[in-house]
Amino acid sequence: MTLQVARPAPGIAAAAAIFELRLYVAGQTAKSIAAIRNLERICKTHLAGQYRIEVIDLTKTPQLAAGDQIIAVPTLVRRLPEPIKKILGDLSNEERVLVGLDIQPART
Amino acid sequence: MLDERPPTPCKAPTGIQGLDEITGGGLPVGRPTLICGTAGCGKTMLAMEFLVRGATQFGEPGVFMMFEENATELSANVRSLGFDLEKLAAQKMILLDYVHIERSEIEETGEYNLEGLFIRLGHAIDSIGAKRVVLDTVEALFSGLPNHAILRAELRRLFRWLKDRGMTAVITGEKGNATLTRYGLEEYVADCVIVLDQRIAEQICTRRLRVVKYRGTAHGTNEYPFLIGERGFSVLPITSLQLDHRASVARVPTGIARLDEMLGGKGVFRGSSVLVSGSPGTGKSSISAKFIDAACRRGESALLFAYEESSAQIVRNMRSIGIDLEPWIEKGLLQIHASRPTLHGLEQHLVMMHDAVRAFGPSVVAVDPISNLTLDGHDSDVKPTLMRLIDFLKQQQITTLFTCLSSGGGATLEDSQLGVSSLMDTWLLLRNVEFNGERNRSIYVLKSRGMAHSNQVREFVLSDAGVDLVDVYVGADRVLTGTARVAREAHERTAAEVRRQGHQRRLLRLAGKRKAIEAQIAALQAEAESEAAEVRFAIAQQTLQEQTAQQDTQAMAQLRGAASGNGRIKEEQLPT
Repeated sequence: MTLQVARPAPGIAAAAAIFELRLYVAGQTAKSIAAIRNLERICKTHLAGQYRIEVIDLTKTPQLAAGDQIIAVPTLVRRLPEPIKKILGDLSNEERVLVGLDIQPART
Repeated sequence: MLDERPPTPCKAPTGIQGLDEITGGGLPVGRPTLICGTAGCGKTMLAMEFLVRGATQFGEPGVFMMFEENATELSANVRSLGFDLEKLAAQKMILLDYVHIERSEIEETGEYNLEGLFIRLGHAIDSIGAKRVVLDTVEALFSGLPNHAILRAELRRLFRWLKDRGMTAVITGEKGNATLTRYGLEEYVADCVIVLDQRIAEQICTRRLRVVKYRGTAHGTNEYPFLIGERGFSVLPITSLQLDHRASVARVPTGIARLDEMLGGKGVFRGSSVLVSGSPGTGKSSISAKFIDAACRRGESALLFAYEESSAQIVRNMRSIGIDLEPWIEKGLLQIHASRPTLHGLEQHLVMMHDAVRAFGPSVVAVDPISNLTLDGHDSDVKPTLMRLIDFLKQQQITTLFTCLSSGGGATLEDSQLGVSSLMDTWLLLRNVEFNGERNRSIYVLKSRGMAHSNQVREFVLSDAGVDLVDVYVGADRVLTGTARVAREAHERTAAEVRRQGHQRRLLRLAGKRKAIEAQIAALQAEAESEAAEVRFAIAQQTLQEQTAQQDTQAMAQLRGAASGNGRIKEEQLPT
């Protein structure tokens, strides 16, 4: 699998509760950029050291869209932990992203 | 619409029998076409056939993007129509892409669009150089994606995008309550809309197709019945055919010599249609069996559509009147297609007949009976569909015999033919004649176009020896059939015998008389002869006495020594 941008989780990857996330975008649109930025911010805040993000640009690797059944962009796919979850949109609503990823907020 | 007559849009042939005829060549090239209808009416099949035929017949690769079933399921489903999707996929002629959205996995936050779908589709199109695209059923997205506002905007963009890419697209959609499709796709796809429909009438389902809209081109506007058969989709455009079939002058014997005699001495015209109608038990099936038998005897092939009896039953029953169909079946000259009329609607039956006729290519076809097919339908449905069948058969120059059961008896017979009689060239009417405590069959030619035909009523006789026609007894005051005819004939025979014997007696008497007279003549002659003999005897006796006397006289004269004439005179005077 060709990864466009792979950002290993900062810090030590703990054995437990690693979040494997994939963000599908289509080109460097405002929505894509916003989504990438939002995702990074949320992960740093709530999942420090527990996540791995791949950003896949479908305009460059369109064949990857079928694998995760992507039709909308941006789509964030939580591949691990199971079950698979998908979050559509630019991830601007942090609260809903956390609900969608099933993450306990770090600070209430 | 415009006076300047814009060039008709190019059409992408579907390769589907009948549909290209209705649409005047196919679906609009480079534009999306919406196919909508209720569940199970054949949308997916139509779309798939469009793609498969495009790939196999017209060299246009196609992408099938499905939202409801996956590739394995779809391949299995269309294999029944003889489409091998796996092979086509391996040849890169067809690409199947299954888009699946699991609603429970999805959460929405913020803005998004369906660029992912576009990219997928674009990638699929590019990878095989597709010209045709099917989206089946894109409406599934509505249940997968919560934000319908975005979805609608994106679908509009999708169809626009397909147009821009020059894709001939088919989009399927489920029928909604008051709209053509549940989510109003017809708003976005406005170039061509085809509605499929299935209706149940008296427990029999008939599928129909209608081109609701076809921008910029004329199209058939009627509802056309269609069928998904063994060889895919077929649409029956009833009214698209014209009356332009050839008319053969060759004649085809009916197999019953006396019947041919009634039909101008030679039988019916090749490629004509014959209707044999009559009430139950008048011998319609026997005539059709004889007709088929005769064709097979001539070495021609025949096709029998039976809607009352099974194939084996027909063979057995016809053997009882001396017609053995089995050898013809074994030789491959005869095919019997037996099915229950209620199995399908009329249209489906007709499509099946078409397929069977096309596959077998017979020179004669018999349908026994056609009335069973029409049981379910209303007369208005029956006539055009039947017309289509008859026209089709005529164009193939196939001589056809239809039997038709008339429910009524007597004078209503002529009226109860569902108006199909006007489609027929020859109409034979079989009738039961009840008289003298028995029922007999009579036959006559009601009409026979283009030939001099007998106006006589004949008795129709079925026996071990087969089927035959017998002259009825036409007496001074009535027509007699059956035993009445036989009795009458026997009576006539007796009378003739009596007459003959009378003559003979008189002749005998005459001969006797002549003999008696001859005997009398003989007796008289004998009498005359005996009398003559007596006379002769007397004369002879006298002569003898005279001689004796003379001799005596001479002797006495010698003795007296003197011979005198006196003495002789004396002698003569002497009594003997």
